[in-house]
Amino acid sequence: MSDSSVKIQEVERIAKGIRERVLAHSLANNGGYMSQACSSAELLGSLYGAILNFSEVKEPIAPPSFIGVPQIGQHSYITGAQFHGKPGPDLDRLISSPAHYALVIYAALIETGRLREDGLDHFNRDGSTVEMIGAEHSPGFETTTGSLAQALSQAGGIALARKIRKESGRTWVFMSDGEFQEGQTYEALQAARFHGLDKLRVIVDVNLNQCDGPMDTVMKIEPLADRIKAFGWNVTVVDGHDIPAILAAAEEETGNPHMILCYTDPVRGLPILAERAPTLHYLRFTSAEERARYENIYQEMIK
Amino acid sequence: MTYEIVARPHQQNFIDWAKDKPEVLVLSADLTNSCEVGKWRDTYPERFFSMGMAEQNMMGFAAGLAREGFEPWLHTFSVFLYRRPLDQLQMSIAYPSLKVRLVGFLPGIMTPGGVTHQAIEDIAIMRAIPNMTILEAGDATEAQSVLDVAHAIDGPVYIRMLRGEVSRIFPENEPFLLNTARILSTGTDITLFTSGVMTEEALRAIPLLQERGVSISHLHVSTLKPFTDPRIVAALKTAKHGVITMENHSIVGGLGSAIAEVMAERGIGVPLQRIGLNDTYAHGASQKFLMSEYEIDAAALVKRVETALGRKLSIHETELQEQRSVSLHSSAKAEAL
Repeated sequence: MSDSSVKIQEVERIAKGIRERVLAHSLANNGGYMSQACSSAELLGSLYGAILNFSEVKEPIAPPSFIGVPQIGQHSYITGAQFHGKPGPDLDRLISSPAHYALVIYAALIETGRLREDGLDHFNRDGSTVEMIGAEHSPGFETTTGSLAQALSQAGGIALARKIRKESGRTWVFMSDGEFQEGQTYEALQAARFHGLDKLRVIVDVNLNQCDGPMDTVMKIEPLADRIKAFGWNVTVVDGHDIPAILAAAEEETGNPHMILCYTDPVRGLPILAERAPTLHYLRFTSAEERARYENIYQEMIK
Repeated sequence: MTYEIVARPHQQNFIDWAKDKPEVLVLSADLTNSCEVGKWRDTYPERFFSMGMAEQNMMGFAAGLAREGFEPWLHTFSVFLYRRPLDQLQMSIAYPSLKVRLVGFLPGIMTPGGVTHQAIEDIAIMRAIPNMTILEAGDATEAQSVLDVAHAIDGPVYIRMLRGEVSRIFPENEPFLLNTARILSTGTDITLFTSGVMTEEALRAIPLLQERGVSISHLHVSTLKPFTDPRIVAALKTAKHGVITMENHSIVGGLGSAIAEVMAERGIGVPLQRIGLNDTYAHGASQKFLMSEYEIDAAALVKRVETALGRKLSIHETELQEQRSVSLHSSAKAEAL
């Protein structure tokens, strides 16, 4: 088997694991950000399983308990970046912007041996860092991004610092499409291009859904690729479930900041979710009967 | 009383100061010369980053740079550092307690730019932000020595900065000290706390008050947060007839409120009068005009002292005029924006 087909199989395995873990968690807790797992499983699987040049962690890390917020002069604050391994000038960084994808990110960390398997048991539990909306102490999070559309600017500053130090590693940002309704996103796009941040990479889950429903009914963002290109970025549009296409796009070196728009299906791998359209943002079972149907599907998935 | 006038105290001082500090960067939002860093940009072009009119994004870039070990010094008008980009300031910078320095120019009513340019509630908002340190320069010495104070703080710092033609009230060898008020006079009838440019204004009235037999403690406060200076508590305890605060800011949430909190917590039971913008916006006009219109000048201070003492002091406006050290808004200061 070729290297690339090994990589693709590995991403497929991670993506399957993400959907199964998020569904199992939603069944156990009567809710979860399920459609985000369905739309972004291949995207996050590609990032964590093939694209990101991270250092390894010795063994899956147990999520630490919350020990307090950052304070002046206090350096004992824990960071979720430890799950990405020790940083280095030639290594990649990942800043995840949509912090409500936390459950999906935790699942990806488990699938790639970075978070201990029982890490999800701490999800949304009092005193835990495995929070529902990730903050910078949560596994896989380096910065605090729950107020959406701030991560691209933060990552721009990190990429600028790395450019000043002439580091070769890339700075990746994972974004959601709703963030292209916020003005700050466009400020960040123009600044990244103006300051020549050619090692900045953005990958977006364009699932065209948000809290209030389909984006076309909330606030349109299309033509998204043209908008971003107009800011001087290079843009590649892919089917967000086509793993080879995602991996190929991630290899592109254009001397510009580069964005990969992954158009995705928010019910991929779990068609029953479509019954809940147009409100897919958060899955909460409305009856024992509905929950049982999901349970049956889960049992089929893990066979 | 006359003071030496220092032209552009920040401009060359900041260049000299930053020379051996390669981690110090400047981020600017299209007000570079207005914030006296045009020459800094030309001296250290590799450390200067123009962020354009986009303050929300500038906060995020500053946060990222600070996380990587750089020390960004953001230069723009005070009002643009906290009103538009408040969420970014809080979540990207203040929450992780990053070493970002927010250098805000033209605080309060020091700008003829009108309501859009007048940071009249900046201290109130910044005080409510955890991890934030708030410093305010009151003269050229403080505008220059505040750099060392901010540099030493392992967290975000907001500086109310002075520019243009600035009086030197305090000797150069008596630099800005964190959380340490300057005791300018001591007395037992009234305790007066002033901050920023209000200190120079109050100093016009103090000699006249003392000539009329008023015993007054006067402290210049340059650290608005933290606010735990024992000198402040000690001075409050000596005030027999009342306490007065005077600030270039709304009376809500600034120096006056901070003093009120200390008085309440310490059980200091004398009346407090707060001089400042009386919970109102202002408008575009000269500093001198606005100070008179909104009664935040030396004449207003005299009236408040009279109220506290319950007697008239017969100090005439002409006497206060004679005490003016320089014409506050000379042609040199009316350099638009």
